[in-house]
Amino acid sequence: MPARSEIGYDSKIEGDFIVTRIDAALNWFRKNSLWPMPMGLACCAIELMAAGASRFDISRFGSEVMRFSPRQSDVMIVAGTVTYKMATAVKRIYDQMAEPKWVIAMGACASTGGMYRSYSVLQGVDNIIPVYVYVAGCPPRPEALLDALIKLQNQVQHEPLLATLKKA
Amino acid sequence: MNALDLAKQLQAKFGDVLSEPAEFRGEITIQLANAERIAEVCEFAKKELGFDYLVDISSLDNYGEDPRWTVVYHLRCLANGCELRLKTGVSEEKSELPTVIGVWRTANWHEREIYDMMGIRFRGHPDLRRILMWEGYPYFPLRKDFPLAGKPTVVPEVAFTKTAPLEGGPFVTAPGGKDAIEREPRVRTPEK
Repeated sequence: MPARSEIGYDSKIEGDFIVTRIDAALNWFRKNSLWPMPMGLACCAIELMAAGASRFDISRFGSEVMRFSPRQSDVMIVAGTVTYKMATAVKRIYDQMAEPKWVIAMGACASTGGMYRSYSVLQGVDNIIPVYVYVAGCPPRPEALLDALIKLQNQVQHEPLLATLKKA
Repeated sequence: MNALDLAKQLQAKFGDVLSEPAEFRGEITIQLANAERIAEVCEFAKKELGFDYLVDISSLDNYGEDPRWTVVYHLRCLANGCELRLKTGVSEEKSELPTVIGVWRTANWHEREIYDMMGIRFRGHPDLRRILMWEGYPYFPLRKDFPLAGKPTVVPEVAFTKTAPLEGGPFVTAPGGKDAIEREPRVRTPEK
């Protein structure tokens, strides 16, 4: 266990029970089971599929359950060029996802519009939905996506979950 | 039977409106003077000369010239592999020519795409809607006078567009410059 982890357990000292904080435990449940909504829009989706396949195997990080229903997914992976024609559909699917929800912008196009400085392409999906992690690359290799997923997991682990729940 | 022979036959039939077949690197191009007769010429090319496959229809914007539009038909004969290119000019005031759906049904979507991108209408088309952009989008984005960065628009509940930031771009080459800095400038403001 890394030093900054909030869940430490030593069976020799603590015996059969674990002491932790409730939001640390809840976040721990959440971060290890981030079901993706694969928003595959262009060639990045091929790398997303590679990340899901056996060689790179995204299931090592608990994200192998690609859900094509927004109701059942936690993290939207926007993989590819978001055209203006598609933008409203992406926004609607994001709105349909149940809280808590996160977004990974995979690749240059989803992050900034990429090389498409033109009339037809949305200049970054963060114009319409909040993005938690941006992945550079055109397209990014599957390792880069896995790195983004780990970064997102770290963000999820440190969310002040209980505080925000109380406010609501 | 090669493409040149077929082109000569086509020209013999429609000599009054068709130019001499021009050959460039093994490809044959014929210019049609009167766009109104495109369907008739295509009909003959398919029925009598065996050009049973319409590969593509594309369009050019000769901005500042007359006629402004050039519509290009790529014909292919699947039996012997001959290819023929038919070009015809359409003036900006008219921006209209007959459809060739009656000849090749595949022309349907090609013509819709040209209508969507260039705004050239095809008379007799049964379903002349936009195909890539959405209904209500007010511009024809492949025209030369449409800026690369686009224009802001909004169709409520359907789609919106904004102007793309072009800082330092577009990075297009300018032919004929004396050195690489002139040919491939870092910044080139598009002409208004």
